[in-house]
Amino acid sequence: MITLDRARKVFAQGKPNEFVALHETSLSIEADRLTVVRGPSGSGKTTLLSLIGCMARPTSGRIHVLGREITSLPERFLTEIRRRTFGFIFQQFSLIPGLTALENVILPAYPTGERRSSLEKRAAGIFELFDIVPKARARVEWLSGGEAQRVTIARALINDPAVIIADEPTAHLDSKLSREFMDTMGRLRREGRTVLIASHDPLVTEHPAVERVFHIRDGRIGAEGS
Amino acid sequence: MATWIDRQKNVLDFTLSSLMRRKGKNLALLAVYTLLVFLMASVILATSAIRKEASIILREAPEMVVQRTVAGRQGPIPLAYLEKIRDIVGVISADGRHWGYYYDPVVGANYTLLVPPEKGPEPGTITIGPGVAAARLALPGEPLEFKTTSGTILELVVGDVLPDDSELVSSDLVLVSAQDFEAIIGPSDGLATDLVVRVANPRELSTIAEKIAERLPDTRIILRDEMLRTYDAVFSWRGGILALLFLGVVLAFGIVAWDKASGLSQEERREIGILKAVGWETADIILMKFWEGAVVSLSAFLLGVLLAYAHVFFFSARLFAPVLKGWAVLYPQFRLVPFIDASQITALFFLTVVPYAVATIIPSWRASVTDPDAVMKGLR
Repeated sequence: MITLDRARKVFAQGKPNEFVALHETSLSIEADRLTVVRGPSGSGKTTLLSLIGCMARPTSGRIHVLGREITSLPERFLTEIRRRTFGFIFQQFSLIPGLTALENVILPAYPTGERRSSLEKRAAGIFELFDIVPKARARVEWLSGGEAQRVTIARALINDPAVIIADEPTAHLDSKLSREFMDTMGRLRREGRTVLIASHDPLVTEHPAVERVFHIRDGRIGAEGS
Repeated sequence: MATWIDRQKNVLDFTLSSLMRRKGKNLALLAVYTLLVFLMASVILATSAIRKEASIILREAPEMVVQRTVAGRQGPIPLAYLEKIRDIVGVISADGRHWGYYYDPVVGANYTLLVPPEKGPEPGTITIGPGVAAARLALPGEPLEFKTTSGTILELVVGDVLPDDSELVSSDLVLVSAQDFEAIIGPSDGLATDLVVRVANPRELSTIAEKIAERLPDTRIILRDEMLRTYDAVFSWRGGILALLFLGVVLAFGIVAWDKASGLSQEERREIGILKAVGWETADIILMKFWEGAVVSLSAFLLGVLLAYAHVFFFSARLFAPVLKGWAVLYPQFRLVPFIDASQITALFFLTVVPYAVATIIPSWRASVTDPDAVMKGLR
């Protein structure tokens, strides 16, 4: 479903501070699986997820998503794929303060031109699913860590993506909320979505829902486990 | 099409909520922006209305005025010169005018005394401008005292007060009979203040002026067009004291726009990063920033122009009154007839709204063309 063919990412190429974040990497991530990329901080996990999620282009090599080669696509098409195919959950939640939970959740769908009433209806369904209906009209800065996490998951689902990408999603959660998060990811996986998580948290990597684990260190993918 | 409209609506919706989130900052910006537009629009509206009014007044003015110069200054001109002018082919009429200034120590103001060429007041009566009437609290039927050249006091009864329509030039005017004029200013002895000349064909004006200058070498000739040009030079947006004010405001606006263009706040950058990461493309961000700039600048423009309209036409441009009313002590009430020069308002629109919109878009564009993975890398 997602394949990397000798993909490589270099930052500040040709400059004295040149840094290879990801060495030549070839791998394939199957659909309908919960896959975890495990590695310490600075190992290249986030870079790998950025490349897969069409947020950045590889310096060399190719990436295929749903059978489509995305490396050479113009930004507009890349954004379209990112919006339609992927739902992102960021380490810092990355919610926009001052907006309500509901507004944050429907934000990714604004450029699609879908009517706001229909977006709100769809969002209401997701809020119900995550048991945060009373928080829909609350500003995100008033939410607890767990509620904010559920809002970011709801935002990732608003465009009904096939793939959920989460980068260190439990970094700011306690053990209970981390387990809850992984249970939710397991549920999404069972609903037929592909889930890809980057983490070095054992609560994530050792969760029973995880089906495949890639190890990454110093920008190189190592042994695969499950 | 419906999708396109809904997309615009969604983005505008987000823009408005963004503006509301930074209410304090944006209201302050709107206030400064509105003030600048207000000042610029006030200058434009006031000067174009004055020029319009001046051109209406001067339309009735003689095409040509002949003055005599003595030692480089204007002096009385002999009425005998009229014959030499009337002889020139193309001249319809030539007449002498009697006018001068009178200092009234009671109110410390100068009046302009003028003998109308026809239908002037009867000896012993005067017609006064609204400024004089207000200064002396004089009503029709009441006497006003004037000091004659022989040192006696001459009482002249106010017959009428001039209408407010052309107050800009009539405020300090006193129309008197030729007899009373001579008593106050001095005997004319075959002299006039200046001569007015009317010609048959306006195209021949300069030729006739040359001929007069040849026949009467101690005179100078002033054409109506030259008077209009003087008004233009003073009140056009390229000249005069108001132009200085205008330039100052443009400079201030430039600083505001530059400040906006010089960068985005960390918070705004973070927001753009999040929006890109969740699926907004560069064009969507620019569209949002365009709406943001458009909402602020259009509101400020409309508000500024409306306030300027009220300031100039309802409150007589009070802020600029000392500059606009010239040197006269008897300031006119100065109610300008509403007149809007569409081309100048359009120019103002392009001078204020467009640069601001561009100034808003450029830094956003710079921030939004970067890869959205900055959010993934923990951009806070």
